[in-house]
Amino acid sequence: MLSRVADSLFWMSRYLERAGHTARVLNAQLYLMLERGAGTDASHWARVLKSLGIEDVENWAADDVVKPLIQAAAHPSSIVSCVTAARDNARQVREQVSSEMWEQLNRLFHAVKNTNHKGDVRDFLQSILEGTYLFQGVTDSTMTHGEGWQFIQAGRYLERAAAVSTLVSVHFRAFHNDTQVDLETLEWIGLLQSCMAFEAYCKAYTADLRPDRIAEFLVLSPVFPHSIRFAADALATSLKQIGEEASSRRASRVERIVGRMQATLAYGQMDEIMSAGLQSYLDTVRRQCLQVYNSLYQTYITYPVEAALNA
Amino acid sequence: MTGIAGGPGLPAFLRQYELDQAYDEMLDGAGSVRPHYRHVYDALLELPADELRRRQQIADQSFLHQGITFTVYGREEGTERIFPNDLLPRILTAAEWACIERGLVQRITALNLFLKDLYHEGRILNDGVVPRELVHSCRHFRRQMRGLQVRRDAYVTVAGTDLIRTTSGEFVVLEDNLRVPSGVSYMLVSRQVMKRIFPDLFRKCGVQPIQHYSQALLATLRSLAPQGCLEPSIALLTPGVYNSAYFEHAFLARQMGVELVEGRDLVVHDNVVYMRTTTGLRRVDVIYRRIDDDFVDPLAFRADSSLGVPGLFNAYRAGNVSLANALGTGVADDKAVYAYVPQIIRYYMGEDPVLNNVETFQMSNTSQRRHVLANLDRFVVKAVGESGGYGMLIGAQSTAAQREEFRRHVESDPRNYIAQPTILLSRAPCIIDGTIQPRHVDLRPYILFGDKVTVVPGGLTRVALRKGSLVVNSSQGGGSKDTWVLH
Repeated sequence: MLSRVADSLFWMSRYLERAGHTARVLNAQLYLMLERGAGTDASHWARVLKSLGIEDVENWAADDVVKPLIQAAAHPSSIVSCVTAARDNARQVREQVSSEMWEQLNRLFHAVKNTNHKGDVRDFLQSILEGTYLFQGVTDSTMTHGEGWQFIQAGRYLERAAAVSTLVSVHFRAFHNDTQVDLETLEWIGLLQSCMAFEAYCKAYTADLRPDRIAEFLVLSPVFPHSIRFAADALATSLKQIGEEASSRRASRVERIVGRMQATLAYGQMDEIMSAGLQSYLDTVRRQCLQVYNSLYQTYITYPVEAALNA
Repeated sequence: MTGIAGGPGLPAFLRQYELDQAYDEMLDGAGSVRPHYRHVYDALLELPADELRRRQQIADQSFLHQGITFTVYGREEGTERIFPNDLLPRILTAAEWACIERGLVQRITALNLFLKDLYHEGRILNDGVVPRELVHSCRHFRRQMRGLQVRRDAYVTVAGTDLIRTTSGEFVVLEDNLRVPSGVSYMLVSRQVMKRIFPDLFRKCGVQPIQHYSQALLATLRSLAPQGCLEPSIALLTPGVYNSAYFEHAFLARQMGVELVEGRDLVVHDNVVYMRTTTGLRRVDVIYRRIDDDFVDPLAFRADSSLGVPGLFNAYRAGNVSLANALGTGVADDKAVYAYVPQIIRYYMGEDPVLNNVETFQMSNTSQRRHVLANLDRFVVKAVGESGGYGMLIGAQSTAAQREEFRRHVESDPRNYIAQPTILLSRAPCIIDGTIQPRHVDLRPYILFGDKVTVVPGGLTRVALRKGSLVVNSSQGGGSKDTWVLH
């Protein structure tokens, strides 16, 4: 497979995951706003932006971030920008994705692009989420599960691992030292809902919301699809498959790095992590995500010519 | 002869079918059906207008779903459009085709000899058959190609020659497209669609197949592999998704089973070309390039090209990779050089041309220029290096202001223009709004030149869909139809 094609498939998938993540977080925040009643302060929205990995908070209007986060084409992190970027990537490799995938992504793109936002914002966010789920389903059932599909998987799960780490990290920095946990119950529900995890958490731990358990669930659960560990496992599986196509020597470096990340999560104990500091633990995870990305690209996509010739 | 249509001799479906001086592909001068159109004519007699419309819709849907579009430049973001396809086939007899084929083989052979000569000894220039300054002033002449050995001397590997039929019924060459001719995918796809829409008619008529074009192209490209390379790796180099012919590039790559690459997928190291894949670098031996000369290599040609591959030209010069078509072929399809093709054929082949040229006036020649400028309304004036219907004036259909503008262009840069008398293209029946009407057509067959010359029987028949129009280019409101060469 051409490196350019792998690159486009990876980023198509990554951007779509990012759009879905933003939609999930916003959806949860809009519900929270209803519960909380009037008067959401600026610091609140600044935190939401940070939890989405957006650092240039001062460039955003303090009172309304929802609309720009959905439809501002100028903001690279807005949903419309992410969906557009995903479609642009798919268009570059139109021949490599199935027609059904292209049609579904195209439909999603036009829905995002042409919406007038007169209707309920939450309905709109819901339709974005459904669009991304549909795309994933169509992809899994119409595309050959070969190398290209593995790059799609890798893009999705790498994005998810990084995004959930950021979300959890920002949330805990803001609320965990709060002694009045009861007052902030809503915020913890919001965090779980941002990862579609509320029901799943209740099944695992009952509705007793405790920060350490929530952290354990979102970070270490091996079976919940939006946990960091689940994403890391799926990422490792895909990279292993990709590596089997390539020569073993080149692949081993990526596999070592992703394996270390997997081990960090698989053998982590939440009480130990908490006492050593969740923040620094999640920082490590995010750094590992970046290392995986860099080594993935250096191995398969942007490798220097000399290195490839000597291999 | 105007006014025969709707007369007592013609059936109702031809009520809007007016005959004039142009050669009609279906009806002869007296209004009776030419024998090779009999089956189509009979089918039209039986098909009600509704059914025709229904089948046209099915065909249109099929084109839409396959995403067969082209891009119209000069509008916002490059608008994608469906390429209009007319359902009624344009039919040629085996005898007509045999003559065309002979002429095309002769022509491409002579042009390849001409190109080899130009870039080596230059005998034809020394002998004064073609003026030296004409060749050296051509924008598409590439000094870099001087003395470079081209594999099998196949400069032009793929040609798309535009033929038109004059009022006498003779086929003449309007222009040679020797750089990166496009449109062959429309020929192949419209045949697929036709077979589905008119299966019975297709069987009854006995049509020569064209589906082997992709295999023939692949075999031709393979034959260009550098010496000693037995299993060449072949890639089709496209400018990318925003190019008007991207559909065709992807289509041909898929049909041939070769990799579709962009400039950024290729790297040159020690004069060897590689493509970047996830499993490492893979050597490339033959490149079917669909990028203009200018953009192929920023180190050798236009430095601002981001579509090309730095170092590609040196690898080519070193003989490590073959390019199809070779660079610098544009000098032979320059419209001013075109006028000399009959002499070129006689010079190299010692034969008279099978297919004649359209009479051409050189604007760099003072007396010819004076004659043309005095009678601008009777001529078609063309810029020599342009194609696709851009940079051209049809005198008879122009306004005084447009003629004045062209007069100024011609006078300020005469070498850049030629003029030809307005030629009434032949007409073929088309379905227009559910009725059968004649429209002007041309014919672009595709010729492959490698270890042998291959011409698939048929080609792209382009149609000027606007009534009375003589411009068939897709960018100017043209469409296409399938071309049937009978057994």
